[in-house]
This record gives sequence, C-alpha cells and structure tokens, in this order.
Amino acid sequence: MGMVVLIVLTIAFFIVRLAPGDPAALMLGPDATPEQAQELRSRLGLDQPIIIQYASFIVSAVKGDLGQSIFFNQPVTQVLKSRAEPTVFLSLFSLIIALVVAVPIGIYAAYRRGSFFDQSVISIAMLAASVPSFWTGLMAQRWLATEYGWFPASGYGGPDTVFIDRMVYLVLPALVLGVVNSALILRFTRASMLDVLSEDYIRTARSKGMREPRVVLRHGLRNAGIPIITVIGLTFALLVSGAVVTERVFNIPGMGNLVVNAVLRRDYPVIQGTLIVVAVTYVIINLVTDLLYLLVDKRVQY
Amino acid sequence: MEGQGLYAERKVFSLVLERRSSALALLFFVLVLILVFLAPIIAPTDPYLMSVRQRLTPPGDSFFLGSDAFGRDVLSRLLYAGRVSLMIGAGVALSSSILGVLIGLMAGFFRNLDGLISRIIDAMMAFPDILLAISLVAILGGSMINVIIALSIVYTPRIARIVRASTLVIRELPYVEAACSLGSSTVYVLTRHVLLNILSPIIVQATFIFVYAMLAEAGLSFLGVGVDPSTPTWGIMINEGRQYIDQAPYLILFPGLAISFSVLSLQLVGDGLRDALDPRIARQM
Repeated sequence: MGMVVLIVLTIAFFIVRLAPGDPAALMLGPDATPEQAQELRSRLGLDQPIIIQYASFIVSAVKGDLGQSIFFNQPVTQVLKSRAEPTVFLSLFSLIIALVVAVPIGIYAAYRRGSFFDQSVISIAMLAASVPSFWTGLMAQRWLATEYGWFPASGYGGPDTVFIDRMVYLVLPALVLGVVNSALILRFTRASMLDVLSEDYIRTARSKGMREPRVVLRHGLRNAGIPIITVIGLTFALLVSGAVVTERVFNIPGMGNLVVNAVLRRDYPVIQGTLIVVAVTYVIINLVTDLLYLLVDKRVQY
Repeated sequence: MEGQGLYAERKVFSLVLERRSSALALLFFVLVLILVFLAPIIAPTDPYLMSVRQRLTPPGDSFFLGSDAFGRDVLSRLLYAGRVSLMIGAGVALSSSILGVLIGLMAGFFRNLDGLISRIIDAMMAFPDILLAISLVAILGGSMINVIIALSIVYTPRIARIVRASTLVIRELPYVEAACSLGSSTVYVLTRHVLLNILSPIIVQATFIFVYAMLAEAGLSFLGVGVDPSTPTWGIMINEGRQYIDQAPYLILFPGLAISFSVLSLQLVGDGLRDALDPRIARQM
C-alpha cells in the first residue's frame, strides 16, 4: 500500500510537469511579465533541479502539505477541506441509495433467474449504465426540480444555512448519482448470487427443509458477500467521477466543482492536491474492504 | 493453425449474432457508424450555418430536430458531432489496447518487471477516470488528439491488467515451455503463442473501453475541458443546450439519446462478445 501511495504521489508530481513549456508562465496566463513568472517559479521551487523538487514534494506531501493554491492563495489542503463536505455527503448518500436499490433487487433477480423480472432488471441496469449521468441530472433537474418543485434545483444554500437544510440540496443529486451507480452493483450482486445459489450447500440447506428466505439470505448472501464488498470499493472511483460531473450540473460547491474550476484557471497545485487526496482515499477504501472480508468470510486469513 | 483460427472467429461471430439483443445492437451500431460517416452527404445543411432569425425553432418542417440558439440545424450537428465522439471512442480503444498489450505482456512474462509495473497499474487505477482525464487535458491542452491521448492513458491500465493476468496463466503452459526450449525468440513466443491466445479478452475489454471513452468524452465536453468547443460533439451540444433547457429541452434531449443508444448498443455487442468467447460467464449473466 505504501508503494502504491508513493507511485500515486509520483504520478501526481510528474503529471504537472508534462505541460509543454514553463508551468509558471502557463499558470499566470499570457499577460504575466517575466519577473512575475520568475517570482512564481522560485515560490514553487521550479528553479531547483527536478530531483530536489521531487524529493521535497514527496516529503511535504507525506507531512500533509500539498502546496499553495495559486488562485485562492491558501494552502491546498485548506481549500480542499472547505469544499469536502458536499462531496463526501453526496458520495455517501449516493452509495447508500445505490446499495439500497441494487442489493435486494440483485438478490431477487438471481433468485428468480430467467424470469420476466430478472430480464427487465438486467435491461434497465444496462440502460442506466449507458446514459451519461450529467444528462440524467439535467433531465431530473428540469422536470423534478424546476417543473414540479419537489427538490431545490441547484446550489448548496447560503453561508448561514444549517446543516440539515444543506443536506436537502443533496437529495436530488444523490438520487441521480445513486441510481446511475446502482447498475454496476446490481449486476455484480446478481452474478455472485447466481454463482453461490448453484452450490451444493444451498441444495443441502434446502433439503434440510430450511425456509427459502433463510437459505438465500443466510447461506447465499453471506457467501456472495465478498464480490459485493469488492465492487463497493471499486464503485468509489465511479462515484467520484460522477460527483465531479453532478456537482457541476447542480452547481454544488464541492471538490468536483473546485477541480473543474482549477482546470479552467490552471491552478495546478489544486489539481495535483485533489488527485492525491482522491487516489489515496481510494487506496484506503480498498484496504478497508479487504479488511471487511475478514468479518464476512472466516476462511480469509491475512 | 490458420484455418482453425479463422473457424474459431467465425464461430464467435455467429454466436454473437445468435443472441438477438447483440445482433440487433450490432446492426444499430453499424447503422449509426454509416450515418455519421455519411454526414457530409446526408446532413440536411451545413452544421455551422447560422440563421439568427430561425433560432430555437422546435422540431418540425424547417428543421427536423429543431434548431439551436444560433439557428443551426440540430440534426446536421448531431451527425457531425457523432463523427468526433465515435472517432474519440475508437481512437482510445485502439491506442489503449496497443499500449496495454505491450505493458501487460512485459509484466506477465518478465518476473522482475512484474512487481513495479503492477504497482504502477494499481496506482493509476486509484485515480477516478474523469478526474485523471480532466487533469491531463488541462495540462496537454484541449484538442481532439489530446483528449484521445489523455483517455488512452486513463484506460491503458485496464487492458494491461487483463493482459498481465492472462499472460501469467499462459506462460506456465507446456507449449510455451516447449517453444522456449526449442530456441524460439522471446518476441516470437510472446506474439505467436501468448498474444494470439489472449486476444479474446482483449477484444472484449477494448469494446468496453470504447464505451467508457465515449461517456468520458461527453463528460469532459460537458465540463468544458474537452475538445475545442467550436467542433460539435454530443457532450458539447448538451453543454450548449443547457442554458435553453426551459425553452428548448430538445436541444439536450437528442444528443443525450444519441450518446445513450450508441453506448447501449456497443455494451450489448460487448456482452455478446464476452459470452461467446467465455461460455462459463455466459451461463451466469
């Protein structure tokens, strides 16, 4: 894991240096004077040999210092922290919605394999995976928020909006993102349940006269759990990508909106910082899912 | 050997066509391909032709799918935009497959390279695709070729991972050992014995990468960090139509449907291919 994090940092370091030309000049735009560029170069340490830059970048990143935002003139970590709340809750709510929708339907579809229900579910999941999430978002915003007024159409409240009211702004975006992401979880749940339901011990459980819900949930789901947990870990990347776009649709001031604006403003330290924070979170989440295996499956030992 | 390979391919092809959904999807996708590549011939007007007096005309006689805020014909733009979107999808699928095969074969075949390459693949896959892609496009600059490069970098690890895993299995098979002990060169063994035997999972994955790349391109264009906005793509059309969503919802309806149905048909083709190539999965899905 440490190695992967080191490589993540290395990739984030070199991505910014892929830019053709002088990064300082690019960040400042065409109107900057050579003196300003020189000043920024020395502030960012760009006038040092690359190996020194790399070493000091890694050392400060490990200490939790991701540099200074050019646009906000604040530490990147502070900028990210101030934008984290909506993104974290948006991802969390959509994950919960996706699980609540996908896992029971996936189990039931596997149980009634080949039935009309099963086939419709697969087709709908496939369709949901094909529609761009921002398009679904725009449509939901247009009809459910603007037309019927069931949800706030966009934004995240003002500075003195209380927490619970801020969360109300996330309901529609989370629904959109959750439904889009449930497709993958559903297909995985169904496939791993199908695998398990054909095992001998399921037949044994049935022949003992055990009731069907207990067979499916206790003997089936317990054993199908590992692939389902894996896919939850993997969905994180999908959720973040979805959140970037969804925040843009609903104009939510989260990390996704921040990074898109950073791209448009060429605020490289913010881009770099976001990449690092998200990728390291992904690595940690996948470590946690690996540990969850231990709880679900006693056969797995580390 | 050659004859067998051909037979196997034909069998796979007929298996794909046997599934009604895959056959219909393939037909639909080919139709889309024909339509967008014949765009200069079949488009009713020039996609850039503005006519301010006819702006935001709803679908009807003068404009079959309506006109946008500059009075440009939506149908013509849809056809031309499709060319860009599909070219990006195909370009990304092709280049990430080539790169991924090279990297995956090296990782799978040379034990001393495997550790490092695998960790790099893990690290690359920790970056969500849209996030890595917008960062790369921000740094490389927004043009069609840079979007293809950025998305290829994003999706190469997926191919490389599959190629590595399959190579690890094939490497241990007796015929590879036999070929090596007969003095075949490494390159010959890798291409003739390893690569040819893992082509099918690569093709399946490449189909899905085509899909992801089309969706990602639409996402990038929507965020305003994709292809140069003067070139229409389906994502850019949706982004432009956003402001007029109340007066002219068809401006985002049609490009959205175009993306969704192209992606859906390609996914169905990919599923059909996967099932035909791997009967074990076919039973489950």
